[in-house]
Amino acid sequence: MDSKIYDVIIIGSGPAGLTAAIYTTRANLKTLVVAGGKWGGQLMLTTAVDNYPGFPDGIQGPDLMTAMRKQAERFGTEFIDEDFETGDFSPSAGSGQAQKPFRVKAAGKDYLGKSIIIATGADTKWLDVSGEKEKIGKGVSSCAPCDAFFFKNKKTIVVGGGDSAMEEAIVLANFADSVTVIYRGETLRASQIMQDKARKNPKIKFIFNTIVTKILGEEKVTGVEIKNNKTNEASKMDIDGVFVAIGHIPNTKIFKNIELDEKGYVKVHDYTRTNIDGVFVAGDVHDSHYRQAVTAAGFGCAAALEAERWLRDQE
Amino acid sequence: MADKTFTDQTFEDEVIKNEQPVLVDFWAPWCAPCRIVSPIIEELAKEYEGKLKVGKLNVDENPNSASRFGIMSIPSILIFKNGEPVKTMIGAQSRENFKKGIDEILAS
Repeated sequence: MDSKIYDVIIIGSGPAGLTAAIYTTRANLKTLVVAGGKWGGQLMLTTAVDNYPGFPDGIQGPDLMTAMRKQAERFGTEFIDEDFETGDFSPSAGSGQAQKPFRVKAAGKDYLGKSIIIATGADTKWLDVSGEKEKIGKGVSSCAPCDAFFFKNKKTIVVGGGDSAMEEAIVLANFADSVTVIYRGETLRASQIMQDKARKNPKIKFIFNTIVTKILGEEKVTGVEIKNNKTNEASKMDIDGVFVAIGHIPNTKIFKNIELDEKGYVKVHDYTRTNIDGVFVAGDVHDSHYRQAVTAAGFGCAAALEAERWLRDQE
Repeated sequence: MADKTFTDQTFEDEVIKNEQPVLVDFWAPWCAPCRIVSPIIEELAKEYEGKLKVGKLNVDENPNSASRFGIMSIPSILIFKNGEPVKTMIGAQSRENFKKGIDEILAS
């Protein structure tokens, strides 16, 4: 075990976690970020980010995250690029208080922290239909910027109707022969500017009121079965790629003793506190409402300020 | 050596015909998750030196090798033994996970 005791251990390295780290280290708090094997969060799977303030010409998602990490490192944040495994946030018997310091395990090693900020964000929500799981990376993807290249002159679909579905479709259209957006709703959920961009692209077509019920193919994707949810009419499409953009699920399963809301997000008390004294939360792991990079960063800042105040009150 | 590079031209000799197991990191410069994985793979190359040959293949410049092994998502990490791909690990993951995959193959 690392016998060092950190003032703050931040779990997660998206905009929320890294912003929190910038604030805590600048407040002279010894900070460790458990960044995960794939650090940087959802923005690592995107291309141009045009709505993060301060970048008049936009910035690439991965570049933004690299910059945030460098900024946190500049002030002395320590990083481990390993996945969080378990954390002991249990209230110790009788007192109703958690045992101090908190214990966080990553890659088989224990780390001790006086306070914790949970900023584990949210991961791709898959369709959960037959034929999907075993073909992830074999025609099923959630990252057009990573995988679109492999669909040159091929037929693809994007499932979803929000901003990320539009982005996937637009990126795919640079390579694929055709891109069909399949959405269960009647009208798109995406912002007007993203809808317009997608609709202007001659390669992108739309099918509404329709869900994917099965992904076909042995070694790789060869097609999908779809069903119109108004008429119940089922049909088959021959396609080579399925890009899934139907939303995200909060990464909360790994935490024991942390109270969740009915949708599975961390329940927030009093701005940024969890049910455990000394454990704070920031970003998409608790926010099912805004889910923006800039709001996550804002929540990260708030959690850091609260953690700082809380630590001061403990002395 | 950690920064070994395979190409379509060298793949047969360097990977398929190699006596030791070979780990190939299929990547491209435009792939952000690949940039996360590459340093981990480079570390593992040092750690497993003498037991496992490790190198990268740029799928942009070497489309034949990528399509030959059905690569449709990067990063894809493949381990070859006796000329056959015996282990595939797709997407960014932790160092521990990669080690588990490598150890499994080296033990078999």
